Order: sequence, then C-alpha cells, then structure tokens
Amino acid sequence: MDLTLRVWRQKDRNAAGALVTYPVKGISPDMSFLEMLDVLNEDLLIRGEEPIAFDHDCREGICGMCSLFINGRAHGPEKGTTTCQLHMRHFKDGDTITIEPWRAAAFPVHKDLVVDRSAFDRIQQAGGYISVNTGGVPDANAIPIPKSVADKAFDAATCIQCGACVAACKNASAMLFVSAKVSQLALLPQGKTERKTRVENMVAQMDKEGFGACTNTGACAAECPVGISLENINMLRSEYILAKATSENL
Amino acid sequence: MILDSKIPEGYSLAEVWDNHKFNVKLVNPANKRKYDIIVVGTGLAGASAAATFGELGYNVKAFCFQDSPRRAHSIAAQGGINAAKNYQNDGDSVFRLFYDTIKGGDYRSREANVYRLAQVSVNIIDQCVAQGVPFARDYGGLLANRSFGGAQVSRTFYARGQTGQQLLLGAYSALNRQIAYGKVKMYPRTEMLDLVVVDGKARGIVVRNLITGKVESHSAHAVVLATGGYGNVFFLSTNAMGSNATAGWRAHKKGALFANPCFTQIHPTCIPVSGGYQSKLTLMSESLRNDGRVWVPKTVEIAQRLRKGEITVNDIPEGDRDYYLERKYPAFGNLVPRDVASRNAKLVCDEGRGVGSSGLAVYLDFADAIKRDGQPAIAAKYGNLFEMYQKITDENPYERPMRIYPAVHYTMGGLWVDYNLMTTVPGLYAAGECNFSDHGANRLGASALMQGLADGYFVLPYTIGDYLAKMPYDKVPTDHPAFVEAEQSVKDMTDRLLSIKGKRTVDDFHKELGQIMWDYCGMARNAEGLAFAKQAIRKLREEFWKDVKVTGVNEELNQTLEKAHRVADFLELGELMVTDALHREESCGGHFREEYQTPENEALRDDENFAYVAAWEFTGVNGEPKLHKEELKFENVKLTQRSYK
Repeated sequence: MDLTLRVWRQKDRNAAGALVTYPVKGISPDMSFLEMLDVLNEDLLIRGEEPIAFDHDCREGICGMCSLFINGRAHGPEKGTTTCQLHMRHFKDGDTITIEPWRAAAFPVHKDLVVDRSAFDRIQQAGGYISVNTGGVPDANAIPIPKSVADKAFDAATCIQCGACVAACKNASAMLFVSAKVSQLALLPQGKTERKTRVENMVAQMDKEGFGACTNTGACAAECPVGISLENINMLRSEYILAKATSENL
Repeated sequence: MILDSKIPEGYSLAEVWDNHKFNVKLVNPANKRKYDIIVVGTGLAGASAAATFGELGYNVKAFCFQDSPRRAHSIAAQGGINAAKNYQNDGDSVFRLFYDTIKGGDYRSREANVYRLAQVSVNIIDQCVAQGVPFARDYGGLLANRSFGGAQVSRTFYARGQTGQQLLLGAYSALNRQIAYGKVKMYPRTEMLDLVVVDGKARGIVVRNLITGKVESHSAHAVVLATGGYGNVFFLSTNAMGSNATAGWRAHKKGALFANPCFTQIHPTCIPVSGGYQSKLTLMSESLRNDGRVWVPKTVEIAQRLRKGEITVNDIPEGDRDYYLERKYPAFGNLVPRDVASRNAKLVCDEGRGVGSSGLAVYLDFADAIKRDGQPAIAAKYGNLFEMYQKITDENPYERPMRIYPAVHYTMGGLWVDYNLMTTVPGLYAAGECNFSDHGANRLGASALMQGLADGYFVLPYTIGDYLAKMPYDKVPTDHPAFVEAEQSVKDMTDRLLSIKGKRTVDDFHKELGQIMWDYCGMARNAEGLAFAKQAIRKLREEFWKDVKVTGVNEELNQTLEKAHRVADFLELGELMVTDALHREESCGGHFREEYQTPENEALRDDENFAYVAAWEFTGVNGEPKLHKEELKFENVKLTQRSYK
C-alpha cells in the first residue's frame, strides 16, 4: 500500500522542529510500523538525505525503548500494543499518518522522534528498590506470598517504562508509571519495610522532574501498551497518605 | 601463549569454588574505595556486577548504549531461570544441574565452571526474591517451577513469559540504589569503542557519547565487559536491533583471545520470516514445548497441497501428522535440547514437508493441551506469548497451530576467560553471554539468565578482588599516551566511515553478510561452503570500506554512524566464526558439520582430536588468526554420545 507520512523533524534539543511530509510506496501489511520507517530511511539514505532518528531496540514489545505518537495516539491505534509490535495491516492504502515524538516538558527532544526519558530513571533511583545487598538473604521459600498478591505485584511490575502514560496525559503526569513501582513493592512482604520512605521519595522526585499533576482522566491506563491498571494510582495515593500521616522520612 | 584456566587443583569438584573463595586475596573495606571498576553493558551480568561492586564499596562506572540500563536485551528473555533448588522433590541436585548442563553442551565446557554455576544457582533465586522479583507461585504461596528442554526435572523458575524482564528489573533496582548512593556513575547512550591497555593491563576504555558524538576516555583499575552475544552477525536474529559485538571485538583486537566463535545457538521456536523487509525475528519461548506438540505432514504431497492453500491445517487427519520429535526421541519428546530440535526442523523442511507459504516452518500445536487443561489454563501459562504471536502473524494460536522455524538466538562462544572470568588481557573480565565459559557447544534453555546473574552477583565480586588486591591505587590519567592513541584511532575510524560516501547502505551490507552466515555457517555447515563463505566475507568487507554510505557528521545523534561501526566489526568477526567452524572437523551441539554425523543424523563428536576450547588470537584484519588450545578434562562425567531417545 501507498501512504503519506508527516514526520516531526528536529535537529537537536535547541532547534525548532517541524512536520515534514514523505510519501512511502509499496508497504506490505505484514510489516511492522518500524520496518515501514526502516524502508523510508533506506530510501532517504540512498537519496543522500538524513534518515529519521527514532528509538527502538528489542522490537518485541518488552524493552520499552520505542515510542512515537502516531495520529495523536501513544504507540498508535492498537490497544495494548507498542509501536514495534504495531503492524501496517491496521492502516489502509492512501492513509496519511502523522508521527510525532512524546510531548512532555520532562521529556525534551534529543532529535527528531528521540526524547530524553532519563527523568524516569531518576525517579527509580529515588526509591524504586528494596535495600538488600547481594548475599545474606533468606531462602526464597522462607516467606510464602499468597498467589493473588504475587500475581497483582507481577501485573504492576510489567511496566516497560516507555513513557506512553506521560505522552497520553494532557497534564503529562507520571502517576501511572510511579504507581506501578510503588504498588509492586508495597504489595510484597519484602518491600513493606521501606514502603513509606519509598513513596515519599519517588513522588518528590516525580514533582522535581516537572511532570504534571494527575486529574484522574485515565488516559494513561487507556493507552498503556502493557495494561498497567489505574488501581495502582489508587494504591499510590493511599500509600502516600499513609506515609505522610506517619512519616518516617525525617 | 599457554592458556591457563587457573582452576585450583587438588580439590574434588564440589570443593573447588569454596576453597578458591577462601584462597583469593581480599581488599579490605576501607581500601575498596580506592579502586575504580568499569562495567560495560547493563544486562543481567553487567547490572548485577555493577550493583554488587558498588555495595562492596568499589567506585563503579557503568555504560550502556540504550537510553536506560533497564533496556538491555536480557529484558526479552521469556521462559525462565534454572536453579537446583529441588523444591519439587523430583530428584534434582547441584550435581544433576551440572551434569545436564555439561551433557547439553555436548561436552565442550569446563567441569569446574559449570559446577560452580550449578552451586550458585540456588543463591540467585534467594537474591531475586529478596529484591521483590514476582516469580510465579502456587496457591500455597511457595514458588512454582516448570520443566525445560534437556532436563527431566522441573527446576525452572519463571515470571509468566517475562522472566528476563523481571530479573533484569531486580538487578536494575539494585543498580539504581547504588547510583543513588553515588557508588555507581551511570553513562547511558554511551558506546564503548576501544579498550585501553597500559603496560599489558586493561586500564580503561574509550567511548562515544551517542547524543553529542563526543569521544571520551575513562580510566579504571579493572574493566568488565558484559556486552552480550554476537548473534546479530546474522542480521536476522532474536537479538535486539542494537545488540552488537563491538566492545568484545575491539578488546579482541587489543589482545583478548576469542573462544569457540562458531558455537552459535539456533533456537527452534521462532516466528518464521515473512519478507525481505524483515528487521528481526521473534522468539516463542521454549517453555511452549512443555504443552505444544511439534509436527509436520507425513508426506510431501500433503505439505504441497497445504502450501498451495488447497487444504488448511485443520483438514489434516491425525494419522497424516508426523510428530517427529516424539517419534524419534520418545524419552524427551518435544523437550529435546535446542540444537536437536532445530536440526530436526531443518531436516523435515529440507525433505519438503515444511509448512507455511515458504515451506520453512513446522507446526507447534496446542490443541491437545487445550483439550486436556482448558483454554484458560493455557492462557494463564502462555497468554502473552500467544498474544505476541497473533500480533505478528494475524493468526490465532488457540484455533490453529503456531508456525515456527529456527532462528539465531544465542552465542555460546565469546571472549576466552579463566576460572576467575578474566580474559587473556590482565584486568579485563568478561561476564554473561560475552564470555564463552559455561555452555559448551549448546546452551540449555533457562541457563542464560542463570549464568548472567551467577557471574555478576556471585563470581566476579570475589574474583575481581583477588586481582585488585595486587594492584597499586594509582590511577592512569586519561592524557596518558595509550588513551590519546586509542581516542585517535576511534576518531580516525569514524572519519574514514564518514568520508567514503559510497552507494550502498550499512543495512545492505549487513543483510548480505547475514545471508552468507546463515547459508554457510548456520544450522548445517560443510568444508566447501565455509571456504566459500570466508572468501565472500573478505570480498564484502573490502567492498564495505570502498562503497558504504554513512550520512551526517560525528557531532550529533547519528544512528547510521553507530550502525556502521558495529557492522564493520561484524564483517571481521563473521570471518573468524567461519574460520573456527572450518577448523573444527567434528559436529558438536550447535556446530553441525555435515561431514561428521551418525547414521541417524545426530552430531558426531571427535573427542580424541577436538575436546578442547579453540581460542583465537588476532593477527591483523586480513591475517590468519592464531589458534590456541585449552584441553578440556572430564573427570566427573563420562563422555558419551548424547542420547535423548
């Protein structure tokens, strides 16, 4: 099929960007979206033009490196799908597709469609861990964990840190991302020791990074490619209130 | 050069590691802060090593080319991690895990290394649970296990089909904690382009900042490479797009020997290739073979009618299906090791019984399992894999069997290391898939995660201290001539790549190299084909340096330039793989030479002449590499023809 792409091009963090139109022809419906961009980039290279920079790595939907705001949707039109797993069979011959980077003040653009998501890493560094050193831990079966609790923690732990929640939110809030880690660790017995300091420190870092406030629109969960639930935000709020009411972060 | 594995002598197998841990030198806690360690790569091996070094008190600098350390390709591992916990009371033990791994590797790995791996496997599970890794659990709240290929016990711990993700996030969280404490300084979007050797010792690296293009030097007392495997030599593989061999290869050019490069693992259960635009292949976890049955039509005629679309898969009656793994290997059935499963898939496709439009696929059928356990039970075990399959192929695997075909997945070869995981360059260590050490000629499923975390959490933290304890505290300044020279050679190579301004793209060269490797150094190899491949690669490499087209400049985010550096290295490494495959005149594990097979088409080893590690020394880009041999001694297992019947 033949398509028209409108792609955000921006030289670097400080340059002004603009949408540039590119026609692409002969696209197979079995191609992934990123393979379609590969085809365009090979054409651009042959013509001596600069290829479009975009982030990607595993192309299996698990590393969280790919992004792209496609026709106004984070990771495009398919529910529960990262851009790398989106296939062209979901588009029609003759379609015009607009491709933009994640748009959020906390995610500045490096180049074209590549953004800086290091704010997420800094939030994780603020408390997204259990403080155990290597060695000297109890036997793995020493503390039974009810299957339902373990499953719930697992669901929260599947966040791929892609940033779609922030991109989808009109306030560019990072609440869903932060809540996934807070919930996972607060649910598990191993994580309970530090639950109060963890939630306070992670939320403080989130605010410092310039993410917006949460107004409960639910756009984040609707667009999350791995189905992180809004329940996690509820849990974050209750964890936060509990922590603040009985703060240990002196 | 005499290769010394440095395995402590005079101890029984079970005592080697404990005694070694006692005999190695220690660095006292106050002195650890005087030593700097560089860790390149932040997958399971790199992240676990960097975090643990930080906990011990060393100053660590960690590097990855991705935008976050959590994106390393360990994240994509699906099925699970082995450990000899024997929680299932089904006869597992450290010795059995050791034995299965040695046998699965077709007797081409070191006994002492593999035994240590099996020993520390139990600690890994404890560590991960303490970090909050949400492994699968039974209703009583204890950990669940599943079985995997090459084993008759259930020793694989898992987190649905996302075990690698959860383990890496555990290691990433430990790393984050050390970053917050200031013990680890993290450099994402930074690629190592050279190793710096001063007075014969590894003393630092030269990197390129992938955002600004700036070339920088970093000095340290020891360097750890945990940069993964080189499966992307084949262009199409299950590796991530960015996975590359550059760090290890450039260390090889600085003196680190490269061991068993021809030992590559072709994974039996991947989604088949659909077209020339294909950028990578997707694995369907081996765990699927627990419940899926592998088959092709009994006759070529039925397969042809199927490929033409005259009949559909569900029209084929039970009697016309050949469940060839169950038929040939009744003891292990669909759970034979990966090399055996892959080779048999190739055999039936070569006979003309393959399915799918290309004829290069076999079925993996869940109909019986769904009938037996119900769809919800199957969905609970494999739901995300079934979804992934449907997204890619637009077919529903609950209703019709999956089509699968082997694809390049893992490389057992890698930098040669001794028992301490040190390469032949003093102070340079290699961990995880980057080294050659534990899997012999074939890796068993769920053992890569085990090895990565064993190396990083429980081996390197002991062995690196033994080296550092003998090192002076002095740092080598980054204006030392060795750093200046290495920086210059990186800049020169970049300038050269940018100045060619030829007509062919980097991907174009990479695809052609991949096709040569797949055709002649893939699932089946022979002397004639390998000799041809060697010349073809040399010619292609020559053409690359005359006609490659790299646009843009160095001082920017330039993904084409990044790829050009990596593909330039693949074009050299590919030749070494072929050279190694040509010299190894036997079949073992993933290395199948057509000239050496049993009457039943199984790999025919030659233990008399080839029970050694082939470690190659670099002698120049167009020179012939020099072979060094490390003889393998087997004192605790008997070398037998592997049988899974």
